[in-house]
Parts: sequence; C-alpha cells; structure tokens
Amino acid sequence: MKNEHWKSLLLSVVLFAFFIGVWFVATQPKESAQQAAAQDEYAALMGKGAAKSGGFPPPQEIGKAIVTHLSDPFKDNGPNDKGIAIQLGHSLGRVGLGFALAILVALPLGFTIGMSPLLHRALDPFIQVLKPISPLAWMPLALYTIKDSDLSGIFVIFICSVWPMLINTAFGVANVRKDWLNVARTLEVKPLRKALTVILPAAAPTILTGMRISMGIAWLVIVAAEMLVGGTGVGYFVWNEWNNLALPNVIFAILVIGVVGMILDRCFAGLQKLVSYTE
Amino acid sequence: MAFLQVDNLAKSYTGNDAPVFENVNFSIEKGEFVCIIGHSGCGKTTILNALAGLENASAGNLIMDGREVVGPGLDRGVVFQSHALMPWMSVIDNVKFGVRSRWPDWSKAQIEAQATQYLEMVGLGHALHKKPSMLSGGMKQRVGIARAFAIQPKMLLLDEPFGALDALTRGTIQDELLKIVQATEQTVFMITHDVDEAILLSDRILLMSNGPRARIAEIVQVTLPRRRTRHDMHHDPRFYRIRNHLVDFLVSRSKDPKPAGEIHPPVVRPGEDEPLTASLAA
Ligand SMILES: Nc1ncnc2c1ncn2[C@@H]1O[C@H](COP(=O)(O)OP(=O)(O)OP(=O)(O)O)[C@@H](O)[C@H]1O
Ligand SMILES: [Mg+2]
Repeated sequence: MKNEHWKSLLLSVVLFAFFIGVWFVATQPKESAQQAAAQDEYAALMGKGAAKSGGFPPPQEIGKAIVTHLSDPFKDNGPNDKGIAIQLGHSLGRVGLGFALAILVALPLGFTIGMSPLLHRALDPFIQVLKPISPLAWMPLALYTIKDSDLSGIFVIFICSVWPMLINTAFGVANVRKDWLNVARTLEVKPLRKALTVILPAAAPTILTGMRISMGIAWLVIVAAEMLVGGTGVGYFVWNEWNNLALPNVIFAILVIGVVGMILDRCFAGLQKLVSYTE
Repeated sequence: MAFLQVDNLAKSYTGNDAPVFENVNFSIEKGEFVCIIGHSGCGKTTILNALAGLENASAGNLIMDGREVVGPGLDRGVVFQSHALMPWMSVIDNVKFGVRSRWPDWSKAQIEAQATQYLEMVGLGHALHKKPSMLSGGMKQRVGIARAFAIQPKMLLLDEPFGALDALTRGTIQDELLKIVQATEQTVFMITHDVDEAILLSDRILLMSNGPRARIAEIVQVTLPRRRTRHDMHHDPRFYRIRNHLVDFLVSRSKDPKPAGEIHPPVVRPGEDEPLTASLAA
C-alpha cells in the first residue's frame, strides 16, 4: 500500500517533468534569425519588450510570473494592479457570501420539502425548471434589478449553489431510515430535537455531498461572473491580464484558480468524512 | 383486568383486500413474558407495531394499564428487529439518547450513570465508546436491549431480537435476557421464529394461524417452572411435550385454524400431566 503510494507519486513527478520539458522545447525561440530580427524591430517599434511578443510563453516565464506575484500578493496599486491574494479575497468573499445565503435558504427549505411529500411534489416542477438554467443567464436580470455588480455576483453564486444543496437536503431528509424515526417516536422525542439529533446527522452525508457539488459549481461560476462584471476578483484578473496580452499572468491565474478550487474541494471532502457514518 | 388487553384487533392495508389478521384477542399480565409464534407474513410485526403505537389497527381496542394505546410512548420500550441504532452515535450515546428522552430534567452525570449501568448489565461495559459499526451483530442487539431497558418502560416489545444471530451468540444473549427479565420482573411481548427460544423465555406462547385473516389460534401455557435454564430445560419431559405441540402446530395446524367465530383462543397446557423433574422443581 505504502509502496503503491510512492510509485504513484513518482509517476506524477515524472509526468510533470516530461510535460514541462515538452513545453520548454516547444516554446524555444525560433533561430530563423531574419524573422526574429524583423520581429524584434517591430516590437521595438510598438514599444514592447522582445520577450513579450514571442508567441506562447515558455515555462520559465511562468515561473517568473509566479515568483513576482507570490512575492507581493497583497499589493494594491489601483484597480488594475492588485495582488493575487487581494483578488482571491474578493472572489472567495463573493463565493462565501453567496454560498452562505444558499445554505440559509436550502437547508430549511430542503428539510421542509424532505419531510412533506406533498410540498415535494408541489415544488418539484419549479425546481426541475430552475435547476438547469445556467447561473450566468441570471446575470442581466440580477444587474438590472439589483443594480450593483458586487451583489449581482453574489446572487449568481447563490442561485447556482442553492439547487444541489436543496435537492440533496430534501433527498437526504426524505430517506432517513424509518427505523431511526421510529426510535425517536417511541422515545417521544420533540420535533426540533428530532430534527437536530436524528434527521440532521442521518442526512448530513447527503447534505454535504450537495454542498460539495455546489461549491464546485460556485467556483466555476465566480470566474466567469467576474469576467463579465469586472472590477475585482480572480476572474477579472484573468480578463485584465488577457487585455494586457500578459499570457504568463493569465496562466499563473489559471493555476491559482485550479489550486484554490482543489483546496475548497478538499475542505468539503474533509467535512464529509467528519459527518459520514458506516451502518 | 389484565395489564394489557387486546380486543378484536384487526388490520387491513388496502380497502378491498382481506384483512391481514382479525379478531385477535389476548391479554398479558403484569410481569408476564409472552411470545408470539407464527409463519412469516401472518402479521406478528403488525401486531407489535400496533402495541408500540407505531401503526394504527383498522379495528379493535388496545388497552394498557387501564388506558387506551394511542401512538407511541415512553411507557413501552421497543427492541427493533434491525436493532435500529443510530450509527453516528457511540454505544453509550445511543442509550443516553433514550435516557435523556425519558428524563429530560436529569443531570448529565445521572444520565451517564443510568446508561452505563444498563450497558454493563448487558455485558457491554467495555465497549461504551465504540461506534455501532464496530460491534458484532450480537453486541448491537444488546445495545438495543439496553436502550429499551434503560428507560424503564412498563412493557417491552421485542421484534425477533435474535433473528439475525448465530446459534451460539443467540444462546448467550437469551441467557442474559432471561437473567435481566427475572431480576426486573419486566412485562415482555416478544416475536420469535425459534420454538426453543419461546419455551425458554415465555410464560405463555401465542400461536398465530397463517394469513390472510390470521388469528391467534391457540395459547400455550409453558408448564415448566419459571426459573429455568437452557441447559436444564432439555432434561425435562415437559419440554418435549411443549416443543412437539408447537412444532406440530406450525407444521400441520397453522393453515387450518379453528372455524371462524371462535373468538377467544383455547389455552392448552402440554405436559401438565408429566411430573416435574427433581432438579428443576428444587
Ligand atoms: N405497508 C404495507 N402495505 C401492505 N401490506 C403490508 C404492509 N406491511 C405489511 N403488509 C402485509 O401484512 C402482512 C403481515 O406483515 P408482518 O410484517 O406483520 O408479518 P410478520 O408476521 O411480522 O412476518 P415475518 O415473520 O416475516 O416478520 C404481510 O402479508 C404483508 O404483506
Ligand atoms: Mg416481522
């Protein structure tokens, strides 16, 4: 088992090194001197450094970008020059708020729907129609009614995270084992105590699965939403660097988005493990 | 009047189908241990659930301790066939959950003491903080028994509590249950498929005919002395008389119950004429 673990790790490292190597070779500056000279001249004319114009950036430039950005993550020199930590903070703040709102709505509502088959059937058509709508489709409506780009972003996160949570909560609550409910009934457990000590822990793994899915979607959506709305956040950072044609920065941001997404997912996996039980 | 009185109980699930059982009449005295035996699907669990208040009967009356049974309550402790422990709670928390429900005003220490006491009684003092998933089937069942006993109900309802256990474990827990019941003078109603188990534990055994329209066909009085052990029981000729009577009923007479109209089942005492063996009588 331990051996397997090391083997897979070694293979990952080898694959990564191979990938970087191929990348490095593929992005070597072309030694067709004339063209290069002409390009250099053109670049000088345009007032840009030679390095910047050379097609897809090689890995060492990404490395440089990573070092520069991570050496001063909290810088704040106006709207177009903020450190990555500040941008991440904005994005995570929006995701956190929208997600928290979604929990506030989805948990109680999911509980009610899960407990009442009647309500479940009554609300199901609405949920089925609303669920598949791309959260970004709500954006214009949100901007028009809320008239605030920040709040609109939060709303979009809310609307995309609420469905998986709602559906999973309702499902988890509706499928709590009859035996456990019967135990609670024979012990004359009051409704609130029953909800908190029997139904909630019984449904918690399902609920957290819903939350994990929601968080995954929210992190996908926030980048797109911030590109659309602009101002702050990693999505805006990507968009801004693209407008600057600073591809190393764009690639750096992509890496950051991936890593942060992974960390968020790991957090929820940890929470899931915390509430899971084996029967 | 008996402690528990069941009058003309009937249950049908869908309106036009024949009822699962009807005209079920029996009573249980305080401190009595009563088993019910019958073929699968005759409605034993349904009767137990009605006694527990978890299910409503279609007709008939249930009176316990002078009051009509409506809905489940803390005066009846139920041991479920599938043990029904909450897997996210430790063993002791499962029992404490019941104790706290029964006595909400008790202090933490009191609740803890009560739960520990009953878990020790079923021999689980060493496993208080384990999760149910880490226990064997027999241990889980004992936690279920401790949970039901710890709320000190007026009556215990057990639905095939040992059905899923191997013969060896079953024997051990039967002995434990016997000891506890004899010490606490509990009133117990228990479903079982095991004829020997019924003879070992009960004062009386209700024999149920096959459904639909199942009824209590006969009530067998266990003529063995009350203080009995699994070991000694086998040396008593009465044991075989009772056993043969039960098996005979299950094999050949359960399909063909007494003609309809007979409402109060006859009481039989197999082996009454046999002398008690000396070792048991002592
Ligand atoms: N919810 C239900 N809807 C319709 N019929 C039911 C329902 N529950 C039980 N029954 C029927 O009632 C009858 C009695 O069921 P019950 O579970 O009481 O049997 P049982 O005697 O406990 O059987 P076993 O020994 O197998 O546990 C069965 O024939 C079953 O088909
Ligand atoms: Mg049953």
